[in-house]
Amino acid sequence: MAIFIFKRVIGIPVTLFILSLMIFSLVLFLSPSERVAVFVSSSDALQSASLEELIERYGLDQPFYVQYGNWVKELLRGNLGWSSSARMPISEALALRIPATIELLFAGQVILLFGGIYLGTLAAEKENRFTDHCIRLLTIVGGAIPEFLVGLFLLILFYVTFDLLPPGRLGMLSTDIVNAPAFVKYTGLHLVDSLLNGQPHVFMDAFSHLILPSMAYSLGGLAATVRLMRSSLLDNLSRGYVPTARLKGLSNRQVMTRHVRRNAMLPVITFMGMRIPVLLSGSVIVETIFNFPGMGMFIVTAAQGLDFPAIIAASLAVSVIIIISNLIVDILYTVLNPQIRLDISR
Amino acid sequence: MKKQAKALVQHPTGIIGIILVLFWVSVAILAPMLAPPQDPDNAYMMVRHGFSSLPNPPNGQSPWGTTSGGYDIFYGIIWGSRTALVLGLVTVLATATIGALAGGVCAYYGGILDGVCMRIVDLFMGIPFLIAVIVMTTVWGKGMDKIILALIVFGWHRYARMMRSEVLVVKEQEFVLAAKNMGASPMGIFFRHVLPNALSPIIILMSINIGRMVLVAASLSFVGIGAEPGFADWGQMLNFSRNWISGIPGAPFYYWYTYAYASVAIFTFVLGWTLLGDALGTMYGKQEAY
Repeated sequence: MAIFIFKRVIGIPVTLFILSLMIFSLVLFLSPSERVAVFVSSSDALQSASLEELIERYGLDQPFYVQYGNWVKELLRGNLGWSSSARMPISEALALRIPATIELLFAGQVILLFGGIYLGTLAAEKENRFTDHCIRLLTIVGGAIPEFLVGLFLLILFYVTFDLLPPGRLGMLSTDIVNAPAFVKYTGLHLVDSLLNGQPHVFMDAFSHLILPSMAYSLGGLAATVRLMRSSLLDNLSRGYVPTARLKGLSNRQVMTRHVRRNAMLPVITFMGMRIPVLLSGSVIVETIFNFPGMGMFIVTAAQGLDFPAIIAASLAVSVIIIISNLIVDILYTVLNPQIRLDISR
Repeated sequence: MKKQAKALVQHPTGIIGIILVLFWVSVAILAPMLAPPQDPDNAYMMVRHGFSSLPNPPNGQSPWGTTSGGYDIFYGIIWGSRTALVLGLVTVLATATIGALAGGVCAYYGGILDGVCMRIVDLFMGIPFLIAVIVMTTVWGKGMDKIILALIVFGWHRYARMMRSEVLVVKEQEFVLAAKNMGASPMGIFFRHVLPNALSPIIILMSINIGRMVLVAASLSFVGIGAEPGFADWGQMLNFSRNWISGIPGAPFYYWYTYAYASVAIFTFVLGWTLLGDALGTMYGKQEAY
């Protein structure tokens, strides 16, 4: 398995190189004065020099590959430029925003996986009965409702009507605790940091703020995982290993949990990997509706303010999130798939 | 053909899909009669009744009320159906043509060409669609035409993938080998025999994608980076309603009309095309999730 992971990791720099080239080529659509903004690291640097000086300093009259080289050099130093919409260096803004999006992505994937397994199994066990038809109807409707309608509906229901689950990422009280100097930010993930700092209230608060956005954002994917899990279970139940396991004396329940479900889960895991870009797209909508300060909201504010450096850096950050989470899903797949696990250890 | 149409109508979800699609198509066609524009040259700009930032409940002048900015909701919904239909049809026709040709040709010739094609498709698969469209429209500037262009650039790869797997199956079938033995040219075989026989999943995907594309465009307008202000567009109408969702203290649904009509419009439009695609899928015997 170590060899497999090693092989996957080697491919990452190549993918990153191609993606960074594609993202940087966006700069070619910009005029030189807009392009200057991509390289400036603080608002002072913009005021103290003339446009010509800046064009000279960052080599913006040079050929494309030289400009790309300069940009990568700055990038490796951790200098991503100055965000005019967030009014801070982009690297700082990203450090605040990326953990929020990762929390949401993780919560969404958990719903996809466990919701898909539970409802898919239920539908397959009751095949062509009333429960199955209900679940099928839910998946068709759930797949057709756009995220922002689900989001608005949940917001109206749980916040406006019942005043249960508020928008935002943290309540006022918890925000004060998190921003206090005594609170050590190990990861930036409130769910993890609150536990490490021994603040269960902050954990519960962060968790309750995650419920609505992650529901709004995973509903479309959940419809697909339920359908996938159902058909994959039915397919596996008709395979030869099921009667074999029964002959061995296992109960129906044991056959289902130990053999059939484990095998049937694999397409769902593959789908989760494919779903990551879709979920991140959804974060743009969901974060805007729920006022959840992650990458999606960052991109929207940057786009509204024509903040090009932020847009370019955010594209790169999103690519990195996708690459890393895909790697995690791949590793999960190998851990769960007995065939791959055995092949590799041989 | 007649049998297939019958099967489609007998399919319970299919009939609902067809009714919804026909409803919105007729609304779009009849828009000038249902909601006569004040300025026929600029019919897509929503009619305004004053410039008040407060929404106005339904009254004699505006049957479904106005959103903030005085925009007539009835007018916006009716003309918004045209925006949605045009955007959906243009993007879907363009992406399907590009994708089907690229995927089909690559799979038909195979070899290195196929390998390169599939790597490009894989790369596009990994790009978050909505974020890519936002980035492109930011760099290119505002407007419906830019949105359509960005949707096409990032939307063709699904068709390419699907077409490829179909063509790989079709090209091995006897009638293709027969045509080859009869001395037909590779291009002739591709366009006359392979392509028509691999089209059915593309048609299903097109139906589903009309809804999906309209949704992405609406999402863009919803977060405020899509159509220009005042353009008849359902996503934008929902964007106008965002500040009014919580109503007034004691009456949470006080401004219900600002979001209710637009939500129902988007939902039924997308549901119609999705159900139609779903029914087409059952008809052609393809049940997998698209």
